[in-house]
Amino acid sequence: MPEAIRFTLNGAPAELDVDPERTLLWVLRTELGLTGTKYGCGEEECGSCVVLVDGQATYACGTPVGSVEGREVTTIEGLARDGKLHPVQQAFADHDALQCGFCTPGLILGAVSFLSRNPEPTSEAIKAGLERHLCRCGTHVRVIQAVHAAARTLKEVQP
Amino acid sequence: MTTRRDFLKISGQGIFVVFTVDITGLLAARSIQQRGAPTDFNAYLRIGEDGRITLFTGKIEMGQGIHTSLPQMLAEELDVALDMVDPIMGDTALCPWDMGTFGSMSTRFFGPPMRKAAAEAKAVLKELAAERLRVPVARLATRDGTVYDTQDASASVTYASLAQGRRIERKASGEVRPDDRAAYTVSGVPTMRRDAMEKVTGKAKFAADLRVPGMLYAKILRPPAHGSTLLEADTAAAAGMDGVTVVRDGDLVAVLHERPDAAEAALRAVAARWQQPDSGPGDADIFEYLAKNAPPLRVVTEAGDLAAGRAAAARVFESTYRTPYWAHAPMEPHAALAQVEAGKATVWASTQNPFGVQTEVARALGVPPEDVRVITPFVGGGFGGKTNNRQAVEAARLARASGRAVQVSWTRREEFFYDTFNPATIIKVASGIDAAGKITLWDYANLHGGDRSSTPAYHLPNHRVTSQGGWSGDGPRYHPLSVGPWRGPGANMNHFAMESQVDLMAQAAGMDPVSFRMANLTDERMRRVLRAAAEAFGHAWKPAPSGEGVGVALGTDAGTFVAAMAKVRADRATGSVKVERMVCAQDMGEVVNPEGARMQIEGGMTQALGHALAEEIHFQRGAIAEKNFDSYAIPRFSWVPEIETVLVESPELGPQGGGEPATVVVAAVVANAVHDALGVRLYELPLTPARIRAALAARSP
Repeated sequence: MPEAIRFTLNGAPAELDVDPERTLLWVLRTELGLTGTKYGCGEEECGSCVVLVDGQATYACGTPVGSVEGREVTTIEGLARDGKLHPVQQAFADHDALQCGFCTPGLILGAVSFLSRNPEPTSEAIKAGLERHLCRCGTHVRVIQAVHAAARTLKEVQP
Repeated sequence: MTTRRDFLKISGQGIFVVFTVDITGLLAARSIQQRGAPTDFNAYLRIGEDGRITLFTGKIEMGQGIHTSLPQMLAEELDVALDMVDPIMGDTALCPWDMGTFGSMSTRFFGPPMRKAAAEAKAVLKELAAERLRVPVARLATRDGTVYDTQDASASVTYASLAQGRRIERKASGEVRPDDRAAYTVSGVPTMRRDAMEKVTGKAKFAADLRVPGMLYAKILRPPAHGSTLLEADTAAAAGMDGVTVVRDGDLVAVLHERPDAAEAALRAVAARWQQPDSGPGDADIFEYLAKNAPPLRVVTEAGDLAAGRAAAARVFESTYRTPYWAHAPMEPHAALAQVEAGKATVWASTQNPFGVQTEVARALGVPPEDVRVITPFVGGGFGGKTNNRQAVEAARLARASGRAVQVSWTRREEFFYDTFNPATIIKVASGIDAAGKITLWDYANLHGGDRSSTPAYHLPNHRVTSQGGWSGDGPRYHPLSVGPWRGPGANMNHFAMESQVDLMAQAAGMDPVSFRMANLTDERMRRVLRAAAEAFGHAWKPAPSGEGVGVALGTDAGTFVAAMAKVRADRATGSVKVERMVCAQDMGEVVNPEGARMQIEGGMTQALGHALAEEIHFQRGAIAEKNFDSYAIPRFSWVPEIETVLVESPELGPQGGGEPATVVVAAVVANAVHDALGVRLYELPLTPARIRAALAARSP
């Protein structure tokens, strides 16, 4: 039965009366209107639905919404703060690290999570860190460049 | 019938120039199906009362970057800043008929007439300014959205004020010459994507992201295999679920709900019985099946005398190449939202051909095309697969049947099931070389793959190229699975076969693969591109197999000349292949956006590693084995090599194709590098570890 689920969504408190077994993906896309989180495969295979839960890259398609109770969820819509793009978003735009743009939100959030654990990554580490994200347009080489650039910016911001 | 006036009426005030893109044949064949569409123009541009330039075109943006490159060409010709140009794309109510976005044709065929139309618009602006400023047209020039007097800098007038309160319509005559390219400051300059900001913030809307009041999400009952017949569908349990609407519209059985996941749960509650086909080919016997079911033969090109070529050959090589069905697998599955009110439909669809959707939906609903408006939001990858618009027709039928707006958004499983695959292909080649290493014979037959780019770039005095079937026309009828265009359709398979065959002749001639190619090329453009690739690759080539794991492949596609080189690491024990480095040199004529061009080369090469190394659809009696990315591997970050791109410009040729050509040489360059590494040649794609191990085992004594 539906019960109130409370969590922090993109920095603001959220309260929802939904079945806790429903996936975070469909609750975000339907009830909350946050369509930047994409359905690509529904089976945690492609990474298009990745969001941050307490800063960690998480497949929204495999996450029951009840499990984010009391936690902090960040979607692509909430990554920019005070009208300023997150350094990873800025780096993706600066490096043309996207084509069709469908995998981009999940990939950006995956990169944010990755960089929080690996502030000075090698290209090999970036590849390994983003391995579970698929991109069909073949933007990979530019994504790797963008993640390097974002790492440099983040280091300047938070030395 | 929608007239030119109808279009321009809804587009407000301003100065309009309409223009025609004449792609003989293609356009004519398709426009026949488009009764009621205006035939005298395909696109138009408007200089609005605010001085902004709007381009109205049926082309769509699916990642390939024309959302940036077409405005670059307009901004250049009209002397305005790039951000003053707004493209309105793929809306059938605002944009005149267009055949669709495919074939690397947008910049190549659409760009030049658009540029001429812009030149014509500029002429109109100057005429108006001449009246306003009372100076002769010859004294006027344009810059930054204004017309000014070259002899009196204080006399100038903005485009906005010239367009104010006016409705001027012109049809581009093609007689006004565009600017001299030497003076370009926007076109030809590397420019970052204009859609990046929307795409990195999650604001970019794709078809499944659109919402209208009262809409429902549909889940459709699907057969277990193609060719199945529905015997019984018990929908009672689903119909009893809270908020569920069951729709039966002929063969279409669907459940609708205001939440997509609830619709999915309801679909699971439908008990269906199907009669599945009990015969039919599978992937294990597909090539025998295709060899027996061959469509009529067509000669693509021939010259000289094959018998003489054979007689002149010191050695003749007969090979058969095979490639399987492979999938488009865009990250965005097919999606559409449809609304039918008072007999008129609005459909928002992820499609490469909005006007194709318009026709198909109109036919399905039994209404005239002008009663169907198709709007194309951002498309999450197409690669040819979104010329198939089944999901849009489904959404429209369900919207009409339910009286509600309905979204159909395919699951990944549906995406694999209803894909129009790249066709499985058999290519037979007999070729010969003389003692000096010149190619004397080239007898080439493509079965089921398509003839695109099947004529080699080499000097071939005695040659014949034939084609039977393929992905277009009647070709798909001969395939047991649905097939359609896949980025570089036909050209991918043709280049795999052609460039593998050339490579084995180089080896037999005892020449290194670059020198052999150069010795058989007379086309100066192709030679220049090959030299550019070799220079960037920087390798001292030796006859294969050198053990170094390097390969080369070249070719032509969509008017573009391309040469690629690769270095691979191949593991003899496991048969696994890792591509470590790729270089691609490309002559695509005039380059409008060098940044976008490089992005397309990198993307095409990365994507093509998939069908080179892994992608293959397995099937049996209409059932598709691959259902998600766990079983269908596409290139991942760990696969990605270093990629270096070289643009060899031929501006005098105008823009040529950019979206596909780099894709077509990849399978061959990898196969040739694997041969160079291991000494075994593979004649069948993909180059899986199992096939490589089998080839090595077959060679061992």
